[in-house]
Amino acid sequence: MKRSNIAFWVGAAVFLVAIFVMTQVVGNQYPFFAGYVILQFIALAVAWSILGGYAGYVNFGTSAFFGVGVYTAVFLTKAFEAPLLVQIVTAAVIGALMGFALGLLTLRMQGIFFSIATIALTIIIETTVMNWRFVGGAAGIQIARPPATPPFDNYVQMLFFVQALLVVLAVAISRYIQNSWIGRGLQALKDDELAAECTGVPTLRLKLLACVISGALLCAIGAPSAMYLQFANPDSAFNLNYSVSTLAMSLIGGTSHWSGPIIGAILLGTTQQLLTVTISSEVNVLVLGIMLVLFVVGAPEGIIGLVRKLRGNRKEGGT
Amino acid sequence: MTSSDAQLPLLRIASLTKRFGGFTALDNVSVDISPGERFGLIGPNGSGKTTLINCISGAFRTEAGTVLFRDEDITPLQPHMRTRRGIARSFQIPRPFRSMTVAENLMVALDFAAGEHVSVAQRHDAMMDILTQMGLASKANVSATQLSQVELRKMELARALATHPKLLISDEAMAGLSSSEVDEVLDLLMSLASRDITIIMIEHIMQAVMRFSDRVMCLDAGKIIAIGTPSEVMGNQRVQEAYLGT
Repeated sequence: MKRSNIAFWVGAAVFLVAIFVMTQVVGNQYPFFAGYVILQFIALAVAWSILGGYAGYVNFGTSAFFGVGVYTAVFLTKAFEAPLLVQIVTAAVIGALMGFALGLLTLRMQGIFFSIATIALTIIIETTVMNWRFVGGAAGIQIARPPATPPFDNYVQMLFFVQALLVVLAVAISRYIQNSWIGRGLQALKDDELAAECTGVPTLRLKLLACVISGALLCAIGAPSAMYLQFANPDSAFNLNYSVSTLAMSLIGGTSHWSGPIIGAILLGTTQQLLTVTISSEVNVLVLGIMLVLFVVGAPEGIIGLVRKLRGNRKEGGT
Repeated sequence: MTSSDAQLPLLRIASLTKRFGGFTALDNVSVDISPGERFGLIGPNGSGKTTLINCISGAFRTEAGTVLFRDEDITPLQPHMRTRRGIARSFQIPRPFRSMTVAENLMVALDFAAGEHVSVAQRHDAMMDILTQMGLASKANVSATQLSQVELRKMELARALATHPKLLISDEAMAGLSSSEVDEVLDLLMSLASRDITIIMIEHIMQAVMRFSDRVMCLDAGKIIAIGTPSEVMGNQRVQEAYLGT
């Protein structure tokens, strides 16, 4: 194993142990409640970036995948009282299938047309769920949490840990893709699809792969949300805010490296949580918008790009 | 056509037709190209040269006709499958991977087209070999966006070469270069041809075509109007008319 790999997995293990210890030691529920949302956005941003960042296909359909994840969990709970793990795995499978369908769209649509199609996808699915009585229709549905599984004595703490696991899974996959031939192929097709094909890159297969992986993760990340809120309605599960926030976090962090979306999500997610508590939840949308504009103008490559630029300048200055 | 009976053609284009709406860009084009041949493709602007290349490399689907490569019908194959079988190309307007360095541009080719049983170290060596041949070794870690025009052309050829081609198609690799740069690129193509790579060269610079080609084909309005040795084609009246527009 390479040294960077060892460092990564040690880091991931330390992170998970810290999260676990936190669930056992901290008594106050609020940190878990807020932390869950931040972890969820880290995972979403990382998963989004596999398609939106590496492959350059800007997906506005995060909320479609997220919402389908939520409603998969709702359906499985109501119909079979399925455990959390089953909910998440099923959501991942459905997300993969949705991703595959989305991938076929890339055959004909690129750039802004692809993005618009993903918004349409969100609306179609939301409308369908809204008219589906069994899962509550437009009015939404209440869900009762089962008792937490030991060693957790509280369900939110357990969800907090589960979401941390999903973060590690998403980051590990994203990092693997970036460092492998898949990442190089995606980067090539992002730069120039025809040149990539003529250099031997199977562009359609790679795009499908990126869509399937990204879709499966986005859906899986949404699944625990049903239990977290104990309530689901189409308006909130398919809220466009998920799409916009996720996209903003990835772009602000920078999509050229797997750590970019993490940085962006921590920064924006934390700011949003603080603003929601101290001022209002409307202000955080405003701040999100302003930050996105500032970054698009001032640092189009995100924080990662900014850091690289500064480092590059220093190196040139040094020689 | 001049391919010998003893040797199968490397590339056989049979009755190829390509239309864009009502416009026929290639009209029933047939030609055989032998292994090791240096093949010049000329014709006025809009005569179908690049369209033909796009049909050979798979960027365009054709309406009729077939493309056979080493006796295999590759007409239904996607471009990357053709690249893996040994057809590489450069582009008229260079299309580098802009977010990558020169070395990474070549690594894409080596990762995807050079076969699976090659170690990372071997790929790296192969890449440096090619860059050295192309005179780009010092630019390996430079971003593709920082190259000069001639360096971009060379990088495109280097990237094509990294796919281990049997057939290399050079689409106006010398356009816009100074005369010394033209000689430089021409020498590179000559040295590749001497290593058993069959080359199709599209070019407007006539001295280059004359010097380079074993055989020249002239297209006009999607039809072959002349094919033969360079001097035969240059002497052909229809070719002169097509170029001078009588």
